Amino acid sequence: MRTFLAAILGFVFVAGAVASELRGTGDLGVVVERADGKLLVVEHSANSRLAEVEGLGDLSHASVVFSRDQRYAYVFGRDGGLTKVDILQGHIVKRVMQSGNSIGGAISQDGKWVAVSNYEPGGVRVFDAASLEMVADIPAEYAPGKFSKTVGLVDAPGNQFVFSLYDGDQIWLMDMADPRKPRIKRFEDIGRAPYDALITPDGRYYIAGLFGEDSMALLDLWHPEKGVRKILKGYAEHDEKLPVYKMPHLEGWAMAGQQAFVPAVGQHKVLVMNAGSWQQEAEIDVHGQPVFVIARPDGRQVWVNFAFPDNDTVQVIDVESRRIIKTLKPGKAVLHMEFTPRGENVWLSVRDDNRIDVYDTSTLERVKSLQAMKPSGIFFTDRAHKIGL
Amino acid sequence: MLKALVFLALCALTVSVTAEAVTTERQTELRNLVHQDCGSCHGMRLTGGLGPALTPQALQARNHDFLFATISEGRHGTPMPPWRTLLTEQEINWIVDYLKTPEAKP
Repeated sequence: MRTFLAAILGFVFVAGAVASELRGTGDLGVVVERADGKLLVVEHSANSRLAEVEGLGDLSHASVVFSRDQRYAYVFGRDGGLTKVDILQGHIVKRVMQSGNSIGGAISQDGKWVAVSNYEPGGVRVFDAASLEMVADIPAEYAPGKFSKTVGLVDAPGNQFVFSLYDGDQIWLMDMADPRKPRIKRFEDIGRAPYDALITPDGRYYIAGLFGEDSMALLDLWHPEKGVRKILKGYAEHDEKLPVYKMPHLEGWAMAGQQAFVPAVGQHKVLVMNAGSWQQEAEIDVHGQPVFVIARPDGRQVWVNFAFPDNDTVQVIDVESRRIIKTLKPGKAVLHMEFTPRGENVWLSVRDDNRIDVYDTSTLERVKSLQAMKPSGIFFTDRAHKIGL
Repeated sequence: MLKALVFLALCALTVSVTAEAVTTERQTELRNLVHQDCGSCHGMRLTGGLGPALTPQALQARNHDFLFATISEGRHGTPMPPWRTLLTEQEINWIVDYLKTPEAKP
């Protein structure tokens, strides 16, 4: 009898261990399959697909942030849906429709608050990261009765959020000390039509790209009392401005040493500026209008993808020589690029070919392809521990 | 089969004669362009984003010529770019009809 019980116990133990095989989440990520409203859960140790999560609504322009334990993904959908996904178990934990039309979001320094940037109604809403209960609603009223679309929402040290007002030409700094009544500091007349923004990896500088003028707006978060100043003024004044078929993205600050690489709006150029003086140091002619300009984590290379109709191409810039060392033609419509945490590989979403391609960043050769339906954003969990992502 | 025929007949009725010059294959590409590329500003389901919504309802008050001119020339002072260097007149006409037609959306 005793041996029988022991055998049963042994069996139960083994079965339990198999059913709930332990794994970490540090090598996980998600890929947005936007046409199907689905998320693919992937891992980048063996470059494979792990699970599919359905029912996320309209995922055009969807973006994702992660909980600090790297288990949950918060997905911001175009239709105003905010979805919390358990990527270990591959299912939706909670989903709220929080607005009519949203563009992205951020998670606070302490991991407790998720903020969503909305177009309709224009403003930012803040949610409890655990329950997705709304704790604050901040309409972006820039003039009496006038509400702005909000863009470029990021987290900043000091448990703050920063965002820009596309219609209102302002930057707002939001202090979450009292989450139900965030304190707002407004910066007005920062330049025309900020379309996106980024924060430097150290969390010190917030920089908004301006669609309405050839410059960028810089806010030093160590010294907000000094206000916003313009940098890269008139970077395109000697060149013909081309029509823009896709707005550049500023997320994923391409910073390599003291150099910052940013897309020029309406030009076939990547601008290089000194990240101390904020003066332009060089410009690099590239294949088309850049959309994402992203540095490999070690800062030795910068990868660039392009707006329609040049979105079949990706170029690799050697940071030291500022030369293009490779022009890749991965396929139709390369939408996004994500480096593995230490940068040995980069994943590209090739939307119209329904593929994710994995490239080795030292040989610049493709090492693997994964099937994905109309993939757009790729997000790895190491973002959980990066300021501004 | 019958359903497909009825659907095709409906499409033929709702799409104006200007669209005839666009091949079926090209129509598939244009549909993809509208949702995926125009969609980067107007939303993949055309419900709006940085740019305004382009649903048939939202475009009700806009006539064909206005929409043709907007796509062809762009809108000065906004991010809307001119598409005339990338699309033919027939293709722009097809897109205007497509946007105005509720039945045709995937």
